[in-house]
Amino acid sequence: MQERRLEGAAAGKAAGLSFDRTRNVKERIIGNLLFACAAISTLVTVGIVVVLLTESLKFFGQVSVVEFLTDTRWEPLFRDQHFGILPLATGSFLVAAGAALIALPLGLLTAVFLSEYASLRLRGVLKPLLEILAGIPTVVYGYFALTFVTPLIRVVLPGTDVFNAASAAIVVGVMIIPTVASLSEDALRAVPTALREGAYGLGATKLEVSTRVVVPAALSGVIASFILAVSRAIGETMAVTIAAGNLANLTLNPLESIQTMTAYIVSVSKGDTPQGTVEYQTLFAVGLTLFLITLAMNILSQWILARFREEYQ
Amino acid sequence: MPTTHDIDTGGRAPALEAHGVSVFYGDKQAVKEIDLVVPANKVVALIGPSGCGKSTLLRCFNRMNDLVPAARVEGRVDFHGKNLYDDDVDPVEVRRRIGMVFQKPNPFPKSIFDNTAFGARINGFKGDMDELVERSLRQAALWDEVHDRLGESAYDLSGGQQQRLCIARTLAVKPEVVLMDEPASALDPIATQRIEELIYELKKDYTIVIVTHNMQQAARISDYTAFLYMGELVEYGPTDRLFTNPAEERTEAYVTGRFG
Amino acid sequence: MSEGARDSMAQSSADRRRHRRSRLFAVVCGAATAVGVVALVVLLADVLVDGTGALNWSFLTSFASRFAERAGIKAALAGSVWILVLTALISFPISVAAAIYLEEYAPRNWITRLIQLNIANLAGVPSIVYGILGLTVFVRTFGLERSVISGALTLSILILPVIVMASQEAIRAVPSSIREAAYGLGATRWQVVRHQVLPMAMPGIMTGTILALSRAVGETAPLIMVGAVGFIAFTPTGVLDEFTVLPLQIYNWISRPQEEFHALAAAGILVLLALLLTMNAAAILLRNRYRTRR
Repeated sequence: MQERRLEGAAAGKAAGLSFDRTRNVKERIIGNLLFACAAISTLVTVGIVVVLLTESLKFFGQVSVVEFLTDTRWEPLFRDQHFGILPLATGSFLVAAGAALIALPLGLLTAVFLSEYASLRLRGVLKPLLEILAGIPTVVYGYFALTFVTPLIRVVLPGTDVFNAASAAIVVGVMIIPTVASLSEDALRAVPTALREGAYGLGATKLEVSTRVVVPAALSGVIASFILAVSRAIGETMAVTIAAGNLANLTLNPLESIQTMTAYIVSVSKGDTPQGTVEYQTLFAVGLTLFLITLAMNILSQWILARFREEYQ
Repeated sequence: MPTTHDIDTGGRAPALEAHGVSVFYGDKQAVKEIDLVVPANKVVALIGPSGCGKSTLLRCFNRMNDLVPAARVEGRVDFHGKNLYDDDVDPVEVRRRIGMVFQKPNPFPKSIFDNTAFGARINGFKGDMDELVERSLRQAALWDEVHDRLGESAYDLSGGQQQRLCIARTLAVKPEVVLMDEPASALDPIATQRIEELIYELKKDYTIVIVTHNMQQAARISDYTAFLYMGELVEYGPTDRLFTNPAEERTEAYVTGRFG
Repeated sequence: MSEGARDSMAQSSADRRRHRRSRLFAVVCGAATAVGVVALVVLLADVLVDGTGALNWSFLTSFASRFAERAGIKAALAGSVWILVLTALISFPISVAAAIYLEEYAPRNWITRLIQLNIANLAGVPSIVYGILGLTVFVRTFGLERSVISGALTLSILILPVIVMASQEAIRAVPSSIREAAYGLGATRWQVVRHQVLPMAMPGIMTGTILALSRAVGETAPLIMVGAVGFIAFTPTGVLDEFTVLPLQIYNWISRPQEEFHALAAAGILVLLALLLTMNAAAILLRNRYRTRR
């Protein structure tokens, strides 16, 4: 005789397939906890934006945005106050440009070497070395700049200040070589072997294949790595604080003392400037500028990377 | 119309009943309104060419399609008179009662013992685990080969042994139905034969639904066979009859190898 | 000589030039790579030469002092260890939980994509901006003042994106067949994560965490902003105590004009590098141990 078809809840109970209440609650709680942890990241971004904006607005209540962006002197602590960001911005730019001059070509060539020339064993040795280079704390680079690089520069160019932008630019450049090298190398290795083989088959030399086929094919990835590296150079703090100086000086001469935006922020917080004053609030205004610049560059770099990934799908 | 009339359930309630089951991936319909009755303690084979929807249909029986976000299931699957897709049914419970063995053996990176015990442990088994593990491994015809090395990694076993281990761990949670998705297709002929012998033994205690692309296998081990084509159930009936005297032309074309 | 022979000779001289340039290019690439390696060697050599002289037991066990002969890094070393442990305790669970959510629980919709994008962006924010955030939120608003816990909290949110991204990769590497098998046996989502996914992903997660922590140990700027001071003469005993860390002590010594302090800075760098080396060696050991385990 056939079992009677039970309906609805009775059927559910008979089949024993209904939800275990305690287990369900436990799963739900765990899921919510995990979500909360992921949401903390959003909170952090909100926090950064809120803090920088609210305090900067207080600053811009007393100093006009125009003056901030166009004045060529940054002297918040003098009696005759000037709040032009240009000296700090050019300081950052000078160091970043110098660092880029070193790191972008060297980094790219290193990437080409690793991807096109180096044997597996050599790569196995070189890549960890580059990782070590990237992992050295920035204070160490600052020390190196001050005690080794600067004296070297002063031997060659005796007019150089003890604190100068060039020294900082050199060590920051070395610091970001691994960034350029590893990201560019990823981009180069993503280029299909078939492309290379086609070119070699036509009788091209390795130089020609690398520079006319592989790098152009990986160009977006390479450019993205460049932008990311420069962004890191702009955000770099300790090496420039130690080596480049604390003199907000609007100049393009790398042999002079300058102050970057990051170094300024450090000097304000170390000092005894009282809270709530406009001098103190410069910290947030400069911080906001720094944040916006690096954010723009990071977003640009990610956008380029995203487009690059589509090309090989 | 697929002939479910001559499915003899022997007066017992069927293990599973599919009514109008359809599966959509976005706009594409992979399974088209299938009605199928699975009698208890029998082996039902689902056969058909690649892409005909047999695996997709199989995964409806234990709500594994829930794990694919793009998949949408319509229709009902009754198990002990209760539709598995009702809102008050816990898919976790469904999968304990209706187990699954996959095409490629996928043991956990744990010991043979822990692999077998895993399902029981997470379902709150409080009894004698050693006894349960031994019983499951015996049922899967693996005990003799591994009883002295239960602590070793499952990955040390051969492909065929790993698959039997996967069967053992499925049996350890004491399901009523065991779904098998081409369980021997990744194995060599000897291992395949052992699995087939195992299935024959298992049907005494379990109901088995097996997807296979190997017609001879279906003919060897199943009691009932369903032929699917392009998401539709073309014909369903006792294995002997389906293979020797199919009612549908498409069925005959497939089983005689005219296409596949 | 015939026309054809003369032509083929002209052809091959252009070829030879091309091949010569290609060989030159190979040398250029190798040289460029060598620059990085040489820079590393020179840097390490410089620090070793300057610092080994000052590196002795009394250096490790004395506090900072105005007198170079008596100065040591005891406070800084203790502070760094405190910061390391606290940051690890705070950042690890939160980051791994976030990674689990994003990989195993989150529906594939725009909210999830936004969270992912946000985390990737946070990874690129300069560390000093985190210092500003930490100063305003932890030191001022939460009232934690210049304390070890302020520093640890600030560094935790700094390295959070790094650990999350590394953990996500490790979790993604777990084969989906394992998950399927576990679900097929009637496991709940958390059971699958806890018993299968996490154990398999843990080596990768731990490696990523250790690397992120070694970055935190080397950070100076955020901690300056949060109030780590250079001239304390005690080791922290509680999370609300003031503190200093190795990089900060090094920075303080470099900032002094006297040569003797520069030697101390170099010695301090050696200690810091030793600490980092230990941590990274542990990470590599972990990675290798689990790779061969299977």
